Amino acid sequence: MKILRSAFIPLLAVVLALLAGAALIALSGASPVDAYTALLEGSFLGTDTVPWTEALGRTLEKATPLVMGGLAVAFAFKAGLFNIGGQGQLIIGALIAGAVGYGFQGLPWIVHMPLALLAGSIAGGLWGTIPGVLKASRGAHEVITTIMLNFVAINLTDWFTSKVWREPGLLARTPKIEPSAEIPRWGDLPIGFFVAVGFAFLVWYLLQRTTFGFEIRTVGLNPNAAEYAGISVKRIVVLTMTISGFLAAMGGAIETLGVVGRYEPGFNAGLGFNGITIALLARTHPLAVIPAAILIGAMEASGAIMQFKADVSPEITDIIQALILLFVATPILVRWFFKDSPENDLSVGSSWGSA
Amino acid sequence: MSTITTILYQRRWWIFTVVAIIGFTLFTGEFKEAQTTAILASTLRQSTPLLLGALCGMLGERSGVINIGIEGQMLMSAFTGFMVAAETQNLLLGVLAGIATGMLMGASLAGLSVSLQGDQIIAGTVLNIAALGVTSFFFQQGYTLPGKTPKIDLWFLADIPVLGRVFFSNRPLTYLSLLLVPTVWYALFRTTWGLRTRAVGEHPSAAETVGISVAKMRYLNLILGGAIAGLAGAYLSLEAVGSFERNMTNGKGFVALAVMIFGRWNPVGAWGAALLFGYTNAIQTQFQFRGWLTDHPQFVGMIPFVVTIIVLAGVVGRARPPAAIGQPYSRE
Repeated sequence: MKILRSAFIPLLAVVLALLAGAALIALSGASPVDAYTALLEGSFLGTDTVPWTEALGRTLEKATPLVMGGLAVAFAFKAGLFNIGGQGQLIIGALIAGAVGYGFQGLPWIVHMPLALLAGSIAGGLWGTIPGVLKASRGAHEVITTIMLNFVAINLTDWFTSKVWREPGLLARTPKIEPSAEIPRWGDLPIGFFVAVGFAFLVWYLLQRTTFGFEIRTVGLNPNAAEYAGISVKRIVVLTMTISGFLAAMGGAIETLGVVGRYEPGFNAGLGFNGITIALLARTHPLAVIPAAILIGAMEASGAIMQFKADVSPEITDIIQALILLFVATPILVRWFFKDSPENDLSVGSSWGSA
Repeated sequence: MSTITTILYQRRWWIFTVVAIIGFTLFTGEFKEAQTTAILASTLRQSTPLLLGALCGMLGERSGVINIGIEGQMLMSAFTGFMVAAETQNLLLGVLAGIATGMLMGASLAGLSVSLQGDQIIAGTVLNIAALGVTSFFFQQGYTLPGKTPKIDLWFLADIPVLGRVFFSNRPLTYLSLLLVPTVWYALFRTTWGLRTRAVGEHPSAAETVGISVAKMRYLNLILGGAIAGLAGAYLSLEAVGSFERNMTNGKGFVALAVMIFGRWNPVGAWGAALLFGYTNAIQTQFQFRGWLTDHPQFVGMIPFVVTIIVLAGVVGRARPPAAIGQPYSRE
């Protein structure tokens, strides 16, 4: 019952967004029914040529970095921080995982794969530490610093792929990773997805069952009260941003080691923003991130089929996602249904440029 | 003596900016008229969207609303401005469409954050994501403009060496943005409207007790700010580039917020800061021209973003935002 109650707003938001999306599709001269059928076939049901396991596998594959990105945003949110830097942290993680994946030879799988995965995630975690430290020590608002660091990360990874770890040839990209660094698949299903699901449970446990998690949530609810109660807010801010960066970067590392097989610049351009949509759709609950990511992953996975079968441009899914975000972030919807539950309010707003 | 110290202290943004620009210009080599003119003109071009974005953010923040959606407002306006101008083959209509779009986006932000009392940062993020989605979905290749907005020389002023070419030989939206600096300054600090705006941003409940409607002031400011962001969008597509590209704002809306903070929520300060940021962009071409770091263009590309971070971290000094910022206001 409680689950149904808290899932009501996100479901309503999704339905409203799909309806509005249908109107847009109709407006652009295509058939909404065809488009949504193609969406379902491309993501879960399969078609005449694509078996359903392959379609599902692709959806889970797309959902994997989304789970991690959504977790990253949701986790930071619990401490009242808005991490828009998932994109930068993710590409740093993907790059370093790729570099370790091809740079070491002769290691057994049991050592090499976890090493590459962790190296990427830790690098991204450190990338997340920067805005955390700037916030804690100088009061620089994390929303802008993380966005700026996204641009810096794009330039930095471009430089690495074109100058340092470049594969000989025309394309600026890193060489293929060693087989010993690959995350295998289980039939059509990507194992990486289950790693991400494991992390969702881990984050849930950390937040709900540990002292550290309690401190994070206290800081998020009222930093002044937390400080008064003896919690070091600065420490929590830095650690939360680091862990948030770690989570986002692991999404990129899994993508490199389990799907792409190397780092290529410009991959997954919109993932950072998708993490925000997913975290808000999940109303920042770590476990609810999983179905939210599968939903968005399904849209991502079926873009090509939607274009092919229903003649709808794949960008329609961007609009639907924006609409979902719009509806889910509209507090009046929440207030209409839950009159007296302040925990339903999502809030990160505070000033910047000052301490 | 102490007066001079005070002035130096209060105007240190300006002094920093001017010294940085002149210093680097001298550093890059001997003074050559054509080259200096080119750098300064490029500085002004690069600073215009940042200045406009900062003015938009400033109106909102002075009234107590953070506007993180400037990026989306600019992008959407650049798009509608371009599409309307391309369809009608009329640039003026394009500019007006851009401004109207900006106002509509500003009103949406006000609706979400003032009327619905949602979190202001989330509301702005919604605008950004929506703008990116909508413009990518509706954009189709093959539209062209009847040209860019025309260059206008201001009589004899344009003949002044260096400065004349930089400031008095520009296109209309650039002149308009320069006019907005004193206009917004005067409006904020010398009119009743400005006093009310600042009162609402500093102490909304006190403003409400003397009969100022907080909600009305915030709506007004966000819509006016939206108009300015719309101008910035129209500037990008119709004056600077002459076409529309996917995600053509590319972070300028966020840099504009740093410009606003660097300029201490003051239009004149923001102009100085915008020039400094414009300069960091302009010297990129200088780096290329001189063969510095040409093998590593990525590091040159980082400069504006790293400068933004340094500014935000307050390395060059501290700034104080309006007190009531970020908090939804509700009447008791």
